[in-house]
Amino acid sequence: MKSLFLKYTFVLFTVTTLFTACKKDPETEAITMGQVNLEFEHVVGNEELALNPQQYTNANGDQFQITTFKYYISNIVLIKADGSTYKQPDSYYLIDQEKPDSKLLTLNNVPSGEYTGLTFTVGVDSVRNVSGAQTGALDPAQGMFWSWNTGYIFLKLEGYSPQSEKGGLTFHIGGFKAPNNTIRTVSPDLNGNKMLVAAGKAPQVHLKVNVLEMFQSPRLIKFADLSTTMGGPASVTVADNYRDMFRVDHIHN
Amino acid sequence: MPEILGLNKKRCIVLLAIFLNFLAGCYPDPEVPTAVDLQKNPVHFPPPVYLFTENEPTQAGFELGRQLFYDPLLSRDGTVSCGSCHKQFAGFADLDHTVSHGIQDQLGTRNTPSLTNLRWDKSFFWDGGVTHLELVPLSPITNPIEMGESLSNVIRKLNRNPQYVTAFNKVFHQDSINSQQLFRAMAQFMGQFVSVSAPYDYYVQGKTDVLSTLQVQGLVVFQNKCATCHTPGLFTDLSFRNNGLDTDFKKDAGRQMITQEAADAGKFKVPSLRNVALSAPYMHDGRFRTLSQVLDHYRQGVKKSATLDPVLAKAQPGISLSEAEKQALLSFLEALTDKKFITDSRFTDPF
Repeated sequence: MKSLFLKYTFVLFTVTTLFTACKKDPETEAITMGQVNLEFEHVVGNEELALNPQQYTNANGDQFQITTFKYYISNIVLIKADGSTYKQPDSYYLIDQEKPDSKLLTLNNVPSGEYTGLTFTVGVDSVRNVSGAQTGALDPAQGMFWSWNTGYIFLKLEGYSPQSEKGGLTFHIGGFKAPNNTIRTVSPDLNGNKMLVAAGKAPQVHLKVNVLEMFQSPRLIKFADLSTTMGGPASVTVADNYRDMFRVDHIHN
Repeated sequence: MPEILGLNKKRCIVLLAIFLNFLAGCYPDPEVPTAVDLQKNPVHFPPPVYLFTENEPTQAGFELGRQLFYDPLLSRDGTVSCGSCHKQFAGFADLDHTVSHGIQDQLGTRNTPSLTNLRWDKSFFWDGGVTHLELVPLSPITNPIEMGESLSNVIRKLNRNPQYVTAFNKVFHQDSINSQQLFRAMAQFMGQFVSVSAPYDYYVQGKTDVLSTLQVQGLVVFQNKCATCHTPGLFTDLSFRNNGLDTDFKKDAGRQMITQEAADAGKFKVPSLRNVALSAPYMHDGRFRTLSQVLDHYRQGVKKSATLDPVLAKAQPGISLSEAEKQALLSFLEALTDKKFITDSRFTDPF
């Protein structure tokens, strides 16, 4: 038979646990946290991207205009020289050329230290693709979700080209199932630079995103052959191309 | 109440009261689901796929989903609701229409599927393109031929409607309505479409006198010749199969449109047969008006093609059925009509 002491210890333990469960953790570690800003600048070759009616020329010599350019960046990871990582929780962003604010991502609560590497996914991981109705950047009302074939559109480029059979360009890249998986994770080189994170410091990483890369390497795309893709093998080709679209230009510490 | 950790009954109750008090302090008031009937998983069903784990049903959530299901506000011109095509008396299918009818009398390309036992399904629509119950309404809402509306505009319209703002707030406790709330409310409603009270169900529970002699004969034929694909108790194995309707699939490639695999050309979801006697016409394009025509297809009409399902691909393709077996089967299929389900007042149009 158990003693009264044991019984009341149990009661006290239960009550204490419940009180703790109700309270939020105090932000004791705030002092060791900083910020990192990622700025995405969209360019076409050496020119700043401007939406319609600005004319551009791809590697094949095809002329084109861009009316829409937007894409998801997710699962951002910062890497230290010793290989340890900071994975940003709930890390989903929709970057849209039409919305200047969307091109600057602020990562809060980054533990202080010297970071030498950066990794992110272009698109949305397979788990979120099949997790039902989402909110925020992943809200299907953002127009980046296929209604008839479950899954996010990872990158959308729309426009016009006289070389396209029907005159239009519709590159809706997405798909997360083999063999047409278009999820691509990129780790742009920091060129030996570091992100120095500390309390009150917010290093800014300036990335240049070159739209021409979508159509030139490793596979040259001619708009006469491919001007519309919404998932499937052709989208895989474009995704393989845009892997190297992201370059770190410089870092402000 | 048994003794827990040596505490007597009275102390247990006091502790329980304290515990519940704390829970109440941590969470918004839990509503008791009354009309929301989360029945125990029927013994002759597999485990459900959609578990409501992040979307706990409440009475208010269910009623909100019911309003939305029957509200033409979800369509671009305010004329078509989900209930326009999914009629309860037809097992939430569309009686008589070969293909779905949308706004401005436009015609779709496929037959309206019945909405039954959706919580047990892992993919939706004839081609299985949608793989989550919450995202099912997105497709008809945004399809230009069906409801022709954009999701963002539906959300705008709902946020401009004070009654909806209040109703959503009561369920989700948020400042404004977003698409996740819309989809989850609808899942709370449609997830309750459980058809498990047909004569067949009473029969398997031991009430053998609910089926006629002919129906019992039909059940035996069914088990021998149909159950591979239309597996009881859901009466579908949830697979995609080419059942020999055509020799080529230029008109509708079916599952291939989703997977882009040649091996999936002409394959469509095996539909559940629950309430099948009420939901004519049949097949993905509604080409057969009667169940007799459907059975005749399997007897004599199955066409050969590269992707024809192996269970039908014999020297004489199809299923061998005598006239007597056909009549018994037709009689048995009536035993899948669930009167309780099609007249359940919880599911009727509230407007």
